[in-house]
Amino acid sequence: MSVAIEFRDVVKDFGPVRVLHGISFALKPGFSYGLLGENGAGKSTLMKILSGFETATSGEVRVNGKPVHFDNSRAAEDQGIVLIHQEFSLAEHLTIAQNLFLGHEKKRAWLLDDAAMQKEASTVLAQVGLNVDVNTRVRHLIVAEKQLVEIARALLRRARMLIMDEPTATLTPGETERLFALMTQLKAEGVTLVYISHKLDEVERMTDRVVVLRDGRLVAQEATPGLGRQQMAKLMVGRELINLYPPKDPPPEGVAPALKVRGLTVPGWAYDVDFEVLPGEVLGFAGLVGAGRTELFEGLLGLRPCSAGSIKLLGKTVDIRNPRSAVRHGLTYLSEDRKGKGLHVNFGLYQNLTLMALERYAKPWLDAAKELRALQSAVTEFGIRTGDLHNRASSLSGGNQQKLALAKVLHPRPRVVVLDEPTRGVDVGAKSDIYLLIQRLAREGLAVIIISSELVELIGLCHRVAVMRAGCLQTVLHAEKLTEQELIAHATGTH
Amino acid sequence: MQPEPTKPMGSSSAEPPAGTLHQSGSGNSGHWFGRVQALGPVIGLVLLCIVGTLLNGDFATVDNAMNVLTRTAFIGIIAVGMCFVIVSGGIDLSVGSMAALIAGSEIMFMNAMGSRLSSPTLTVVLGMLMAVVLGALFGLAHGLLITKGRIEPFIVTLGTLGIFRAYLTYFSNGGALTLDNDLSDVYSPVYYAGMLGIPVPVWIFLLVALLGGVILNRTAFGRYVQAIGSNEQVARYAAVDVDRIKILTYVLLGVCVGIATLLYVPRLGSATPTTGLLWELEAIASVIVGGTALKGGAGSITGTVIGAVLLSVISNILNLTSIISVYLNAAVQGFVIIVVAFSQRSRR
Repeated sequence: MSVAIEFRDVVKDFGPVRVLHGISFALKPGFSYGLLGENGAGKSTLMKILSGFETATSGEVRVNGKPVHFDNSRAAEDQGIVLIHQEFSLAEHLTIAQNLFLGHEKKRAWLLDDAAMQKEASTVLAQVGLNVDVNTRVRHLIVAEKQLVEIARALLRRARMLIMDEPTATLTPGETERLFALMTQLKAEGVTLVYISHKLDEVERMTDRVVVLRDGRLVAQEATPGLGRQQMAKLMVGRELINLYPPKDPPPEGVAPALKVRGLTVPGWAYDVDFEVLPGEVLGFAGLVGAGRTELFEGLLGLRPCSAGSIKLLGKTVDIRNPRSAVRHGLTYLSEDRKGKGLHVNFGLYQNLTLMALERYAKPWLDAAKELRALQSAVTEFGIRTGDLHNRASSLSGGNQQKLALAKVLHPRPRVVVLDEPTRGVDVGAKSDIYLLIQRLAREGLAVIIISSELVELIGLCHRVAVMRAGCLQTVLHAEKLTEQELIAHATGTH
Repeated sequence: MQPEPTKPMGSSSAEPPAGTLHQSGSGNSGHWFGRVQALGPVIGLVLLCIVGTLLNGDFATVDNAMNVLTRTAFIGIIAVGMCFVIVSGGIDLSVGSMAALIAGSEIMFMNAMGSRLSSPTLTVVLGMLMAVVLGALFGLAHGLLITKGRIEPFIVTLGTLGIFRAYLTYFSNGGALTLDNDLSDVYSPVYYAGMLGIPVPVWIFLLVALLGGVILNRTAFGRYVQAIGSNEQVARYAAVDVDRIKILTYVLLGVCVGIATLLYVPRLGSATPTTGLLWELEAIASVIVGGTALKGGAGSITGTVIGAVLLSVISNILNLTSIISVYLNAAVQGFVIIVVAFSQRSRR
């Protein structure tokens, strides 16, 4: 049994924002497909619809010619379609065997049949090449092992179609090779693979065909051989990319660093990190997921305990215990997790904007009119598109929420700003606005630090890029040496 | 953390219904929708008053209204403080026991001082001051245990609920702690006197509510309280001193309990192991009935005041009529809070 998939005019709206604009194409059984597109192109949304995590606003999905409507992922699994998320959906405190059978437990009368489940679990673990006891708790596994558990779970559900969302983002080259061997084996067994990735060399190597999405529309479906990486990249970004990044200003010279960090250690995440950033400079931080970049700066801000290190802000040695004292010293941080740490989505727009600089509006009573005026000028300055100034932050699209979050961290008028994944989940238009904003901030003399997983973004924006691997600062590359190959080599330790 | 966006119930931040056209200018469908939601408790209160009037002619008299409001004052003042704690995402189950222990301590303190100080007035003033300070200290202890000790507020205040009441029972030997007569005479106007025909406790209640409303809606502290309740992580990342603000909400509630107690003591002049029994239920119910969501983030002091009045009107009607036994008062209140929470749940 195999599954042939057909999308017919699939549309998806999130509130006022349309993320899929009528997508139609077919996936033939037994092939491996690369699904390409920039962040926000709609790849993940489309695959979530296929695997029952989201429902389409309109249009239909056909499996083997029959229209289907999956209300949940289980309905899709019953048809043999399994999605492996970027973030794993494993219960950390349960064992591997318990996770594999979660929701599908084997029973003997009313009791769980642990022996049978463990036996079957070890068979399937052997199949994916994971050599670990099935009674190990998942939280003790490393990321690559968790991924294999996810794949084992898919196999147990008799998956005929496996969708993998950025499976190699957190893997070392060795682990990636093991995963590819497994994928080849699955394909030989007739499983259809959909492989979502930004790594074009992997797509080129592992897939038969590529499907390219851009801004929620299907751009191309072509055979992989003969397409070439250059062509793939061009299809993905369209022509806007050429002037997506403003021309770089020359790096500032002969000025004292705005922020100078020496020997900063955040236990478990970052060790003995030294760096500095000048006023007017854009400094990038590259590294794989888990390299400790976010944690390093959370430590710097006092959000995590630091065990050592000295911090000089504007020439003064400072002791930063929490974000509040950081703001007082002129340092603010934009979190990568917009909904969880960046914005109060249930709050109004101006309540979000002014939160970090509220003392300017409290004398001692809050001046709502003044807050509203501040919002009005921020909306103009940052190009936030909103229907009504009294709306809640949740009513904004991702890109506009991000602009509001940027306006918020800049509202206390910092001298050093750390932007963690400033363009995550943002459409191309908003991205370009944010790049222009970053350049303007640097021109105004702000020291800007950007943490990003998009290497092209760092290359396009930064004067220098620091590369971290496993908690250690590997190197700092200057603009003239910035290439993707160089960055990846340092980030993966294969230099 | 909530996976789904939460939906605060307060008047200031109700969600605009999907698909509604926004009016131009400052008019906003969200405000309009919020006002209708906030009207719920008011409508309930009006209906109850109509029912009360129909059932008993004595209900709609000035005397009875003042009686109801005076009795509301204690719970109402505590509920204003409770509103802050709940909006910040916390809870305090101990307020009834705390009130009892403060009442007992205040009486013991005044009796002890009365024999040493020549002026009974000074003794009473010191006693009242002590009630407020003690409330603040208890609140501070709660706040420190919850933030620095990183213990759930539910657990901390469940523990102190037992501790406070046990100590009162111990101090009173299981009986009553009674205020000396001469002090009682000086103290009684604090409960029984009035201005412009309105009893002192009602004035204080009004003052506390007004102040509470201004602090919650018009100060940076109030904004931070809402920010923490809406999403504590976001608040922490936005440089809000989360621990300090949380501690302050519990101190504020403790002060409110202290004020409520100093108004309550002259009423009977004694404290017993049943003083303040189930006040936590009434105070929390007032906040919830007033439209504040227990998960925090947004709340309304006006709603809380109306909620408190509504609950005491119910108990007043039970007293005046014989449809439901007055012994079932707490059952009715419990029923009301569950129904209100249910209706909040089903609102979109």
